[in-house]
Amino acid sequence: MPTMNIIQAVNDALRLEMRRDPDVVVLGEDVGKFGGVFRATQGLYDEFGADRVMDTPLAEGGIIGTAVGMALYGLRPVPEIQFADFIYPAFDQIVNEVAKYRYRSGGQYACPMVIRTPYGGGIKGGHYHSQSPETHFVHTAGLKVVVPSNPYDAKGMLISAIRDPDPVLFFEPKRVYRAAKGEVPEGEYQVPIGKAKVTREGSALTLVAWGSMWHEVEQAAREAEAEGIDCEVIDLRSLQPLDTDTLVQSVKKTGRAIVVHEAPRTCGFGAELAAILQEKCFLHLEAPITRVTGFDTPFPYTLENEYLPRAPRVLKAIREVVSY
Amino acid sequence: MRREHEVGAVPRRQRGNHREWEPGRFVKEFPLYRLVAEDGELVGPPDEVTLSDAEVLKLYELMVLNRALDERMITLQRQGRIGFYIGSIGEEASILGSAAAMDEQDWIFPCYREHGAALMRGMPLVTFLCELFGNAGDAMKGRQMPCHEAWRPGRFTSISSPISTQISHAVGAAWAARLKGDPMVAITYFGEGGTSAHDFHTGLNFAAVRKLPVVFICRNNGWAISVPRERQTGSETIAQKAIAYGMRGERVDGNDLLAVHAATRRARARAAAGEGPTLIECVTYRVEGHSTSDDPRAYRPAELVEPWKQKDPLLRMRRFLARRGALDDAADERIRAGVREELQRVLKEAEAFAPKPPLESLFEDVYAEPTPLLREQLAELEAAVAADPRVANPRHSDA
Repeated sequence: MPTMNIIQAVNDALRLEMRRDPDVVVLGEDVGKFGGVFRATQGLYDEFGADRVMDTPLAEGGIIGTAVGMALYGLRPVPEIQFADFIYPAFDQIVNEVAKYRYRSGGQYACPMVIRTPYGGGIKGGHYHSQSPETHFVHTAGLKVVVPSNPYDAKGMLISAIRDPDPVLFFEPKRVYRAAKGEVPEGEYQVPIGKAKVTREGSALTLVAWGSMWHEVEQAAREAEAEGIDCEVIDLRSLQPLDTDTLVQSVKKTGRAIVVHEAPRTCGFGAELAAILQEKCFLHLEAPITRVTGFDTPFPYTLENEYLPRAPRVLKAIREVVSY
Repeated sequence: MRREHEVGAVPRRQRGNHREWEPGRFVKEFPLYRLVAEDGELVGPPDEVTLSDAEVLKLYELMVLNRALDERMITLQRQGRIGFYIGSIGEEASILGSAAAMDEQDWIFPCYREHGAALMRGMPLVTFLCELFGNAGDAMKGRQMPCHEAWRPGRFTSISSPISTQISHAVGAAWAARLKGDPMVAITYFGEGGTSAHDFHTGLNFAAVRKLPVVFICRNNGWAISVPRERQTGSETIAQKAIAYGMRGERVDGNDLLAVHAATRRARARAAAGEGPTLIECVTYRVEGHSTSDDPRAYRPAELVEPWKQKDPLLRMRRFLARRGALDDAADERIRAGVREELQRVLKEAEAFAPKPPLESLFEDVYAEPTPLLREQLAELEAAVAADPRVANPRHSDA
């Protein structure tokens, strides 16, 4: 089985899906001959041509608006937003058009597409190359939101997303784009959307994370294990739809939970998870559900390590929650 | 009324490499294209007429229906039978003339005044009326406020309230059709206010870069709610904006059905031949308020509107047809009576539907299949309604 990083896995999924289905097209800034600023679409232009791998003018609203028309007409567009920080010019199109098209037309029309975008900090990107805007889209009915943490899931979930009848926001953890390597099967396979994965079994508490923060949580769990604390780790993978069953099952077992995300804390997805878990696991809880997150500031440049909820901060929270 | 941009205030000569600004230059470069004068006389070249008298008559009948529909629905709103209405009084020729110029396989990406085009594309009148009521007969399942219809069988896409978002959808569909090798040309509608929105810019830019088969129809009706055209753009015309994008622009008398049809037909032919998109400015006028929620007396002197009433597109076509011997007063009265009767009959039919779509429809079509969370929320709502039926009443003090 070949070893791939996340970029290679994304690229492989796009290539396989474009070979399988002539309606799958890629569009965005620099995705053509150049292959994307992160090289996620490398080689696709040469294999599939300028008609299916389309460089667009520099306007995110135009990219998504155009993708809406393509999807309505029967294509399966996979637009790339170069950085998630630049998704906001397309916010109206995503929230008011993409998300609502099926609903508002009474199911007459559908608007399936996969909006791929690298997100997250830790790459010295400052305000505008570091943000984690997933919550905005989870909060919007009609969108699915997924965040893979590793190459296997990236490939399998991207294939599932492209075949999904609904629009999917596909957030790619750019900090671990190349650092996260793993075995990835050749050929097509699917990782279902809406299913979390228990990546480490434990009994002391449940750690929930997604994307690049899963790696921090996993490291914190390893360090906690050395201290005799046995953590269960859940890679959420899909924020909408949410695999409530896996979360609830785990927290009922451990009685403690820490949610970790790099987006700001207030109204971050951790708040929703904490609410759901207290609603469904109230009598099983041994400690308050705790959030380790980015702070309620714009994403900083110099102090980004301090801002990010990395393993040391997670470990500190683990000790506190276990001894509550 | 003083035009706010006062082009004459710009210095005539400046240093540097610029084109000299001549006030009125673009009005000259984009002369108003007209085939039929207000008195109904054919004043344009006869060989540019693209409709037979029989076809004009058919479109005239649809214009009469469209006008009667708007008037009746405004009354219905005032009676409290529907919550809102937004129509196209005075703009019928711009809408129906252009929509009729498209081929059957072409897609229409409407703004919110193109209800006549939806009916032209086969949307049953009763289905349109049910949308206004949001009742059990509404194809949109009661999810949108009135006048936000969609009709998939007629390739008439779904209307949203945000301004100009449909423009890039038309561009994407045209792009998709080209990739699939389909001979489809997309047409999209927006007002002159919509040309200020960013989707106008991105849409026209994307279309021109790829020479996509799109016809952009700007219904320049002079007003975006209370803001006059002069406050919307410093350009002398809307059509001239096409130059900067690298596409053709044309300025048309939007109250001249034949001119709108002919100009759109030409634009469609160029688009289909791979010659790229066209921006057509239909110069017309919003003789009523923006919608039933608006009262233009608060910001618009009545004397501005009067001349436009004389330019009424229905009146012009009636005069045109009369001159051609295709319509006399008796026949016109028969058309009007027929329309009144049809509206009355179909209105009854629409009001006979149950007032609300079923409860579970609230949770359908968010996704292709409801998520577990949505199923949970449906159960929660059903339990709440069962526990206390007042949940479904507008005022929960009602029994």
